Amino acid sequence: MSDPLLWHRLQFAFTIVYHYLFPQLTMGLALLIVVMKGIGLRTGDQRWDAAARFWIRIFAINFAVGVVTGIPMEFQFGTNWARFSRIAGGVIGQTLAMEGLFAFFLESSVLGLLVFGERRLGRRGHFAAALALFVGSWLSGYFIVCTNAFMQHPVGHAVDPDGLLRLVDFWAFVLNPWALAQYAHTMAATVVTASFVVAAVGAWYALQPAHLDQASRFLKVGVTAGLLSSIAVAFPTGDIQAKLVAQYQPITLAAMEGRFTSEKMAGIVLIGQPNLAEQRLDNPIIVPGVLSFLAYGTFHSEVKGLNEFPKDQWPDNIELLYYAFHVMAGLGTLLILTMALAMVFVLSGRLLGQRWLLWVLLLAFPFPYIATTAGWMTAELGRQPWLVHGLLRTADGSSLTVHSGTVLFTLIGFTGLYFVLGLLYLFLVGRQIHLGPAEVPHG
Amino acid sequence: MVELWFAIASVMLATYVVLDGFDFGAGALHLFVAKTNQERRQVLAAIGPYWDGNEVWLLASGGVLFLAFPRVLASGLSGFYLAIFLVLWMLIFRGISIEFRSQLAQPLWRAAWDGIFAVSSSVLPVLFGAAIGNLVRGLPVREDGWFSLALFTDFSAENPVGLLDWYTVSAGVFALAALAAHGATFLVWKTDGPVHDRSRRAAKVLYGVVGALWPLLTIATFAVNPAMLAALPARPLALVAIATAIGGLAAVVLGLRKGRDLPAFLGSCAFLVGMLAATAACMFPVMLRSVTDPAWSLTAYNSSVATESLWIALRWWGIGLPLAVLYFYIVFRLHRGKAVAATGHDGY
Repeated sequence: MSDPLLWHRLQFAFTIVYHYLFPQLTMGLALLIVVMKGIGLRTGDQRWDAAARFWIRIFAINFAVGVVTGIPMEFQFGTNWARFSRIAGGVIGQTLAMEGLFAFFLESSVLGLLVFGERRLGRRGHFAAALALFVGSWLSGYFIVCTNAFMQHPVGHAVDPDGLLRLVDFWAFVLNPWALAQYAHTMAATVVTASFVVAAVGAWYALQPAHLDQASRFLKVGVTAGLLSSIAVAFPTGDIQAKLVAQYQPITLAAMEGRFTSEKMAGIVLIGQPNLAEQRLDNPIIVPGVLSFLAYGTFHSEVKGLNEFPKDQWPDNIELLYYAFHVMAGLGTLLILTMALAMVFVLSGRLLGQRWLLWVLLLAFPFPYIATTAGWMTAELGRQPWLVHGLLRTADGSSLTVHSGTVLFTLIGFTGLYFVLGLLYLFLVGRQIHLGPAEVPHG
Repeated sequence: MVELWFAIASVMLATYVVLDGFDFGAGALHLFVAKTNQERRQVLAAIGPYWDGNEVWLLASGGVLFLAFPRVLASGLSGFYLAIFLVLWMLIFRGISIEFRSQLAQPLWRAAWDGIFAVSSSVLPVLFGAAIGNLVRGLPVREDGWFSLALFTDFSAENPVGLLDWYTVSAGVFALAALAAHGATFLVWKTDGPVHDRSRRAAKVLYGVVGALWPLLTIATFAVNPAMLAALPARPLALVAIATAIGGLAAVVLGLRKGRDLPAFLGSCAFLVGMLAATAACMFPVMLRSVTDPAWSLTAYNSSVATESLWIALRWWGIGLPLAVLYFYIVFRLHRGKAVAATGHDGY
């Protein structure tokens, strides 16, 4: 209770996980809205504009909650991680400021036009507004991923004599290979989330049945985009990301897989329980050779085990890291299978008749959120014990002048506030879904 | 280079105050100047296209402080810990109240959000004003550059200092009056009908209050930070800024009297910018003044990152800022003329 570090970490983890529930839908949905508006523009079919209009309503509510929960994130660098901010501000302050300048100004200017400006802007203008919002939101994603990538794999910096970091190579920092891979992986995952949400609303209408015309439209878009994006999350983006972890964070890879000893022809763990006391994996089911191949490209590559590394460099919560990684990878696989199955019925035009599959699609939408959260837990727990990998330990980054009780107080405050915010969000989005796409007046 | 980034940070923060200031002011006043649902929606229609973009200036200014003066950002935000979270929670409530109010046509739902909008829009200027008051009065900055601030001590504005004392509370009250007056001039410019007329009356009264409080606060500032005013004669920029503020005040009075709405609002902007710029110019290079030992103050010189990093940042900042200004120009241009209250789901 008296160690403020734990509370600093929990507060940041809670507020960032909660916040990211919203932007992941914002970013994915921004792309799908562009697709719907684009088809409408190309075919001249007004029903696609009606579909886009419905999703823009939900997008607006989602965006608002994303904005207000996002503001505390930037401030918490300073309030809770003051020593980290002081040391790394000269580098990561740049991407955070760029996010404001290049992404947020664009998004905030265009949002009102997208939500309320359809009549005034005309079809092309409104499509352009959707496109601009897509660009703005995806840019903001890049600056944040780039900031995180510096913490995972710092490049482009130099260390001053007093220990502060300064930026020396702008392009190396902004085009960090870790950022490029992580961005592609993360963005593909946002499209997965949005696709499952769009498909779930389609399934909800199809099961009632109501708004059948739009229901099949939502299902078609959701399943198609969902299949493409969920495959992209695994291959190539997840694969590239895994190879980077193997190359630059071998300890993390060992911990993710619960691997204590080094081995050639290392197998990938499907299930099993890491046992830290005995330093082994209990009850494992392993596919031989696959981990060596996935991490290094050949079956005979050696994958290092945790025992090869000093214990003070091990991630500090190996069990949670292991399970987060396996939840992410397992759910990712199931999401691909779900969408592949649904695609078969979309292509044969029989999806609306398969009530069991519509039920699956309806109930599946929380799982991309869970997989995404588990993915970020893998990234952030895997980075431990470092705050900036190899440069600054998490224990040396927190604010020293803030007491544990104070952080606990604000954490409890956030819990209550975000609970209320979540209720309001669900109520308002639920209401839009209840009103349905046909009832939405022309904006 | 350090001086340039100090100026950039000051100008961006002043821009934030001027822009978000008008929607804070509109929020603080809307219960009084807009009585019916349609009138309230007219106020929301007036600020709706801008408030989110205005708030981005806060994030962008924070980002600039972060990249150029990380010591100041780190020490300041952690030292003001609880006050910062109060600000954040207020910003959350406020943003949600604007966006959620018109989602439902239920009168009680709308009345509740109107109340939250008014309270959060009134508390925030007080907190921001008190924050500036704290910077002017000084903070218990230690030799290692960190500090931690009590909510209040004995309200004396002398060491040991707290967040709230007679001086910082006065600064907060002044900020509320100034931003409410500023918001009123914005509503005078952007609305018509009863809201316009009530806002005009409110602007006249509030600017009278601001004009009366300003000399008092200046004397108080002289009392808590004599060094700052002693520096004034040697700071030509500060003198220009004070002249701008006085000119702005004159423009407000004339504009309101003659019914020239836009010049009155621009005068109000000039008044705020002038005051903030004068404060920044007199404080320079001090950013976090130490009341414990002046030598421990965090200044632009002892808190900035290496010049090399600042040069890199200047290149993209030079591209990004004109873009931001362009977006604001387009949004103001698209929404030129008087704001019209939306009906149904058509707007705020």
